[in-house]
Amino acid sequence: MHAEICEDTVILNQWHPISSTDDLKNHKQITTMLLEEKITCKKNSNGKYFVWKSIDIKKKLLPIKIAYGYLWTSLGTPPTDLFSFPEFYEIDRRNVATGVFGVNISAGRTIENFLDMGHFPFVHTGVLGEEPHTEVKEYDVSICETNDEILATKCQFYQPQAAVISSKGAEVDYIYRIPHINCAILYKSSPVDKKRQDAIIIFVQPVSQEIVRAHTGMCIIDDKSADKDIRLFQQTIFGQDKPILENQFPKKLPLDSRAETPIRADKSSIAYRRWLSQKGLTYGVIPSEDNNLFEVM
Amino acid sequence: MKLALSKWFPVASISDLPYRHIFQGQLLGREYAIWKADDGNINIWENRCLHRGVRLSIGTNEGFELKCQYHGWRYANRTAGCTYIPAHPADAPARTICNNTYTCQEKYGMVWTCETPIGDVPDIKGFKSFTVLRPIPINSAYKNVRNFLSSKEIPDHHMLRSKQTEFWRFKTNAGNLLSLVIQPQSGNISILRGIYNLKTTGTEKLRVLKYYNSLMTKLRDEIESQHLPKLHERNPKISKLADDLSQFPTLSDQKHNLRVSVSEKVKLSDNIVKLKLKSIKKQLPTFHAGAHIDIVLQNGLIRQYSLTNGPGETDHYCIAVKIEKHGGGGSKIISENISVGDIMAISAPHNSFPLLRNSTHIIFLAGGIGITPMLSMAKAMHSMRQSFELHHFTKSNDKEAFSHDFASFTNKVITYNDLSINQSLTTIKSLLKKPKFSNKIYVCGPGEMIQNAIKIGLEFGWNESDIHYEYFKNENEIHKNSTFKIDLARSAMSLEVPSGKSVLQILKENGVNLVSSCEQGACGTCKVRVIEGKIDHQDVFLNSLEKEGQNIMLTCVSRAKSKRLILDI
Repeated sequence: MHAEICEDTVILNQWHPISSTDDLKNHKQITTMLLEEKITCKKNSNGKYFVWKSIDIKKKLLPIKIAYGYLWTSLGTPPTDLFSFPEFYEIDRRNVATGVFGVNISAGRTIENFLDMGHFPFVHTGVLGEEPHTEVKEYDVSICETNDEILATKCQFYQPQAAVISSKGAEVDYIYRIPHINCAILYKSSPVDKKRQDAIIIFVQPVSQEIVRAHTGMCIIDDKSADKDIRLFQQTIFGQDKPILENQFPKKLPLDSRAETPIRADKSSIAYRRWLSQKGLTYGVIPSEDNNLFEVM
Repeated sequence: MKLALSKWFPVASISDLPYRHIFQGQLLGREYAIWKADDGNINIWENRCLHRGVRLSIGTNEGFELKCQYHGWRYANRTAGCTYIPAHPADAPARTICNNTYTCQEKYGMVWTCETPIGDVPDIKGFKSFTVLRPIPINSAYKNVRNFLSSKEIPDHHMLRSKQTEFWRFKTNAGNLLSLVIQPQSGNISILRGIYNLKTTGTEKLRVLKYYNSLMTKLRDEIESQHLPKLHERNPKISKLADDLSQFPTLSDQKHNLRVSVSEKVKLSDNIVKLKLKSIKKQLPTFHAGAHIDIVLQNGLIRQYSLTNGPGETDHYCIAVKIEKHGGGGSKIISENISVGDIMAISAPHNSFPLLRNSTHIIFLAGGIGITPMLSMAKAMHSMRQSFELHHFTKSNDKEAFSHDFASFTNKVITYNDLSINQSLTTIKSLLKKPKFSNKIYVCGPGEMIQNAIKIGLEFGWNESDIHYEYFKNENEIHKNSTFKIDLARSAMSLEVPSGKSVLQILKENGVNLVSSCEQGACGTCKVRVIEGKIDHQDVFLNSLEKEGQNIMLTCVSRAKSKRLILDI
């Protein structure tokens, strides 16, 4: 079977995460897949990174960027800058790469699941949510025009174990940012410092239209927990999401409003689908047939 | 693949559907979630939650409802109508969100379906009793398997002529019969299913199963060696949503268009009669706990009654009616003039007393016949294994009336007989004295009882938004002596409401079909959003917070204090 060749310039011209810099420390050379293309990356003894298409015998170098603990590359003409994520550079924070997960689903479905609060009581039972506290309260969604990113604010959800120290459940505040078509960042109040927020990231690497590698990480104010425990927590959460994601059909994200029934809780996913439609993305999605985009919320 | 849409195909063996299981079947590329409800009804649904496309077969079979694994959406037995969306506990799903269902018949130990059936699953001659064989999946297209079976000699079996080309019949050397049928699962996978014409048990059954398992496996190996299985993409067929599910819901006058027949009339006590209503032709619409229906009585009277059904009981509606000796006549007609077999016109269920299932505990307070919506709610809570208590204030001669409905949760029901008003107040006080986080109160009964319960609740520090109630009727005096204008924001109409007429009447006279039910400010069916203007509330449906909010009104009784109201219709 021949792999399809990606011709979608919207996706080709993006920066894509391909490996955490941590993982490259111990490898001289690794290969991975990006948009059905085999890619090789290498870190030399001087600490410089190199990325090229594995089939290219001339090893023509692809553009690279090192940011937020990851090595990024592009198969097209990427923008000069990657989105901003200032919290990553705050000195008193710990940045923990919590693992990469292979999932048989499109990037869009993976991002939508990350934005979704409604599934907490059913998929992350006892951790991020718990029946009967299932209500998704009204929240705000906006598109920030200067940065071209989606912002969901005033999100609140009942969490059984709001903080490590508390035994009672409580409402937790969340902010979601989608600064890149395949990346999202979630901010939630830090149990250590009420005024500041922990950030949880997901950077999705599209291996093909229906397979991804989801890179996850945490950028937190916590000097107590061991890295191992933080990773274990995130891996438990993702391990709960993976079987759900892999049972979604179609695997590509449908952008047509007639494909699936949205409710008010899905405001952010509706905004995300509309945003992708407006960008003209065709890779990993089922484009809207009628160009009749979603009703403005 | 072109196959007649009117052909029946098997999609599962009955043994694939044990208690509370969901089986994943497939036919012609379409995936099904196949499940048996506790009442024995077998459902064949598209294997996809309408919300975010997750396979329903990874969800749970709750007995009468199927619950999606992703967001806990619940779908009712038979109708596949969505009964509950946990993310918005306050909304009874406003639109009829309904999954795609497929025809189902049980025959020869298998579950059969058909896209557009003409008639039933055909009879196979000589199979009055049978043993169902173990199905064998084959990596080959339907037509290859068919051609193979038509041309191939099966050892020790002689093919018999058959009118239906789908069923191959063979006679064994010993004189018994074998019938084979092919289920076209998808483009390149078929399932060979068979039955043997003797009912077998014990070691004899094992012998038959083993013999045919090995025979059919040999057939599979031969078919697969002739036709190399092709790799194929898994692209299950998916139906698009109905137009009305992807668009803004429109209002329409669908009042009283259901026809039901009275299938049971039972006296529950001296004063209470239960009616069981069965649909005449169509499937009855999905209802949500707390819903009521309008019933049109013979003399043109229209009355509202709460459904007392448990979740997923979708083959009938049940109501309980208190016979008022000096009442408005509705209950008298039901008690005296209606009998089993009568045809009645009813409305689809409305729900303005929805059950919010996002509380850790619910205290239900029911006065007299006000128990009816709570029967349905308590049954729903019980089936979801949620915590609740039900207090029923009643007369001693009615105390046994609902014991059958309480049967599965008697430990959660307390009945109080013949209490005086003061005794009732003391009891309600002791029940409500400790408000707790995420607890709720539901109250239904006589007006005075509701008012007292609200007052007591507020005194003890309950949030008004955690006290839910439903009045039977609006006992307040309603004035109609103001004159004002209404502007309809979405219909771009401007209308005058004169004194003596209600907003609802004026809307209907001008062709705006707003759904209404009790028309006396008690049921909440005709509520609309108000964008601008000061409302003169006269209903007993909205709570005081909602009334102060000034952005929602009941058009049947409420009027304007300002000169103009802008309505969101």
